[in-house]
Amino acid sequence: MPNNKKKISRRKFLVRGGLGTVGVVAIGSYIFRNPIRRQILGMANSMDMAYMGDTGNPMLWFEITKENSILLHSPKVEMGQGTFTSLAQMAADELEVPMHLIQVVHATTATGNIDGMSTGGSTSVSGLWQPLREMAATLREMLTLEAAKKLALQPKDLVLDKGTITGGNKTLTYAQIAEGVSEWDVPETPTLKSLKDYKYIGKPIPRVDLGAKVFGDPIFGMDATMPNMLYGTVVRPTKIGAIFEGADISQAEKMPGVVKIVQEPDFVGVVATSLTAAENAKNNISVTWKTPNNLNTEDIVAMMTVGNGKSTIIQKEGSALDEEEEEVVSLEFRSPIGAHAQIEPNGVLASVEGTRATIKIATQVIGLTRKEVAERLELDEENVNVIPTYLGGGFGRRLHTPHAIQAAVMSKAVGQPVKYFFTRQEEFQHDMFRPPTHHILKGKLNNEGLLEGLEHHFVSGDVGNNSAMIPSLLPTVLGADIGAIRGGFIQYTKIPNLRSTYWHVTLPFATSWWRSLGLLANTFAMESFIDAMAVKAGKNPVDFRLAQIEDDAAGKRLKAVIQAASDKANYQDDIKEGRAMGFAASVDAGTPCAQVAEISIENGAIKVHKVTCAMDPGVAVNPDQVRAQCEGAIIMGLSAAMHEQMYVEDGTLKPTIYGPYQMALMKHAPKEIDIVLLQGRDTPGAVGEPPLGPIGAAIANAVFRLSGKRLQEMPLKLV
Amino acid sequence: MTISLNVNGISQTVEITDGNTPLLWVIRDLLDLKGTKFGCGKAACGACTLHIDGEAVRSCSYPVKLAKGKTITTIEGLGNEENPHPVQQAWMEEIVPQCGYCQPGFMMATAALLDKIPEPTDADIDRNIINVCRCGTYYRMRKAIHKAAELSKSIETVKSENDA
Ligand code: FES
Ligand code: FES
Repeated sequence: MPNNKKKISRRKFLVRGGLGTVGVVAIGSYIFRNPIRRQILGMANSMDMAYMGDTGNPMLWFEITKENSILLHSPKVEMGQGTFTSLAQMAADELEVPMHLIQVVHATTATGNIDGMSTGGSTSVSGLWQPLREMAATLREMLTLEAAKKLALQPKDLVLDKGTITGGNKTLTYAQIAEGVSEWDVPETPTLKSLKDYKYIGKPIPRVDLGAKVFGDPIFGMDATMPNMLYGTVVRPTKIGAIFEGADISQAEKMPGVVKIVQEPDFVGVVATSLTAAENAKNNISVTWKTPNNLNTEDIVAMMTVGNGKSTIIQKEGSALDEEEEEVVSLEFRSPIGAHAQIEPNGVLASVEGTRATIKIATQVIGLTRKEVAERLELDEENVNVIPTYLGGGFGRRLHTPHAIQAAVMSKAVGQPVKYFFTRQEEFQHDMFRPPTHHILKGKLNNEGLLEGLEHHFVSGDVGNNSAMIPSLLPTVLGADIGAIRGGFIQYTKIPNLRSTYWHVTLPFATSWWRSLGLLANTFAMESFIDAMAVKAGKNPVDFRLAQIEDDAAGKRLKAVIQAASDKANYQDDIKEGRAMGFAASVDAGTPCAQVAEISIENGAIKVHKVTCAMDPGVAVNPDQVRAQCEGAIIMGLSAAMHEQMYVEDGTLKPTIYGPYQMALMKHAPKEIDIVLLQGRDTPGAVGEPPLGPIGAAIANAVFRLSGKRLQEMPLKLV
Repeated sequence: MTISLNVNGISQTVEITDGNTPLLWVIRDLLDLKGTKFGCGKAACGACTLHIDGEAVRSCSYPVKLAKGKTITTIEGLGNEENPHPVQQAWMEEIVPQCGYCQPGFMMATAALLDKIPEPTDADIDRNIINVCRCGTYYRMRKAIHKAAELSKSIETVKSENDA
C-alpha cells in the first residue's frame, strides 16, 4: 500500500508458518572458531582461488605465427561471458600489439596451460589479471632482448610498435624476431604498466568472437566433426534415482543403421550411422530400472525445511534473538528447483584409437574431463587430449561431464569417433539442478527503528559439496557448502546481533552449481526481509540499508552502489502512474551490486519495465562486456525469480521441454536497463554472477509497494 | 529417397532413407552447414530457425520430405563478413551475442519479421520474436532489431535512388 508508514503487527508478518511451527534450534558448530576454516572460508568467499594454472612460462600461453599474429591459448573457456575479449585486451596492452593481432583460442590439454580451477565462479578475468599480464610483459621483454641481439643494439635503443621492434634503421616483426630461436633470454618478471597507460584495458572493445557468432561459424561442441564419425546415444531413466539393472537389446540390434549396442555395467548405449537411427534404436531397447522412490514435490519441500539436516553457523555476532519476545518478527521464503536450460545441450565427440583419445567438448572442467576419461579407459592422462570448444552456455552445467566417458567408451567399442549429445528431455531430467531452498529470517528493531538483531536460517541442497570445481577437502574442512552459502551472509554489519545458519540436506537427485549459486535465493530472502523491516520501521528502504552498514572498505563500496542505484533510478516509495519501485542489494565474491526494479501489474501479472543496476566490479577490463553481463544476469535472474520451476511428480522431474518450463522471453525482458559501474578498487573483481543477486528481491519489493502483498516464494506470482 | 532443394542459392540433392528426418539434420549433418542449431528438437526454442521460401521455420520439426523443391536460406546464406545482412550488421553494432548459440535462430526470425513488417513496433517484436535466449540478450536484441529496420530502410532508399 502506498502508505508505508503504517506499522505492521507481528501477526501480519507470520504469513506462512513462522517460527512457532518450524522451530529453529541453531546448534550448529560455528565456522569461525577454527582458524583454518576461517581462512578457507575467506578464500572461498572472495574467490581468491580463482586460477590454478601456469604462471611462469609465456611459451605455454602464447604462440607467434608466421603472419605475425599472436595466439593466446586461454586456460579459461568462453561460454558467453566475454572472457576471450578481456584476455585479448590484457595481452595486447602488455605485448604492445594492436588488438587485431591477438587471436584467442582455447588451450587444449595437449597445448598446455590447463587451469586446475575450471571456468566458473566469476573468476576468469580477475584470476588471470596478474598472471596473463605478467606473461605478456615477459614475452615482450624476451622479444626485445632477442631483437637487441639480432640488431646488435642495446634493448634501451629499441622502439616497440604494433608488433614490431625498430632499432637503427631496421624494423623486425615479432615473427621475424622469434623465427628460429630455440633458446631465449628470460628476464625477471617486468614491472607492469600502470592502469592509465593502457590503450585497450578499460575500453569497450567489441567482442573478439562477434563475427564467428553473427555469421554462424561452427565453433560449438555440437558443431564438432571428425572423419568417419558415428552417432551415439545412451539410454537414460526418467525416474529419480533409477538404477540400471539390465537391458533387452534384441529388437534394437536389428534396426537399420545400428552399428553396435554397447553394454556396460552402468549404462547401455547405441552407436549408429545417423542420429535418427541411433534414437530409433534407443527407443526400442527395453531397460529394467530399479526405481527406489515415487517422490512428489511435497516430499522435496518437506525435506528442504530449515531444521532438517546438519547445521553450521556461518556468521555470528552478539547474541541470538529470543523467539519469545513480542518484538521479534519473522518471515519465511522459498525458492524452487531450477534448471540450467542452456540452449546447447551437453554433448561430446570422442575418438579413441589404441592408447590415445581425443575429446572435443564444451566443458568448464578441461582437466577433470581428461582425468575421468583416462581413468575409465585406463589410459595415461597425457594420451588423452581434450579440445575445448566454445560453450553454448555454461552457467555451471558443464562442470560435470560424465557423457565424455560414455562417448569414449562407445568410441572404443566401435573403433570410430562417436558423437553423443543429450536430447532436451534428458537435459531437463538429468540436469545438475539449482537446489531448492527454504529461509527463515528473524529480526528485531530498536527504539530508533534500526535492527538490533537479524538472523538468517536457511537450508539448501548440495551446490559445492561433491563438486569437481573445488578441492574436495574444502567442504569437509568448512562444514558448510561454499556454493550454497554464497549470498547467505548478512551484509548489514552494524547490526549488533547477527546469526546466519546454514542447514545442509542432500536431495535424492543431483544438485549443483547454477550461475551465482546460493546468491539468487539467499538475496531474495534476505533483501525481501530487510525491505519488510524498513517498512515496519517506517523508513525509506535505501536509508534503512545505508544506516546499518559499517564504514570499512567493503562497507563503503556497498554503500556507494546502494547510493548510486538509488540516485540513478531516482528511487521513491510512492506509486506513480501505476508503477512502483523495489530496491535490493547484495555482495557476491567481493562485488557489491544494487538494483531498482520498476514494475506495474497488468492483467494480474507482474510486468518489469525498467531495472537500474549499480555495481562495483573494480577495474572493468571491458566495460561493455561488464554491462552485457549485468543485462544478461538481470534477465536470467528475472526469469528464474518470476517464471522458472521444476517439479517432481511420481518420482519424475518435470517439465521436460521449454515452454512448459517457463522462461523469460523477449516480451518479459525489461525494455530499459540502466547500468552504473563504479570502480572501488584497482583490480578487476567478479562480474558474471554478482548482478544476479538483487533482482528477485527488487521485483518482490516493488510488488509489495504496489499491491501490499509480500511475495515469499519464487517464482513470484500474484495469484 | 532423393530430395532436391535449393540451399543458400545452390541446388542440392540429398539421398535419405527416412523422409521424416528433420530438415535440421539434413542441413547440419549432410550439407555440413552448422550455423543452424539444435536446441530442443520440439519446435520449442527457435535455435533451428531458417527460411523456407522466405518464411521462418523451426527446422527441427520440419520433415525433409516436405522441403522438396523449396528454397532454403540458413544463417550462412543470410550474409557474410564482406556483405552482411542488415540484421547481422545491426547485431554486430549492438554487440548482441553472448554465448552465441541461440543467435542464428534469432537473426533468421528477425530477418523474416522485417520482410513482413519493415518497421516493427515493440509490440510487434514481442509478438513475433519468441525464441529462447538463456544468456538473456533480449535487451540488446530489441535494440538491434530496431537498428536493423533502420539499416534496411536506408539500403532500400539507396536502391530506389539508384534505380531512378
Ligand atoms: S531446436 Fe528447433 S525449436 Fe528448438
Ligand atoms: S546468447 Fe547464449 S543463449 Fe542466447
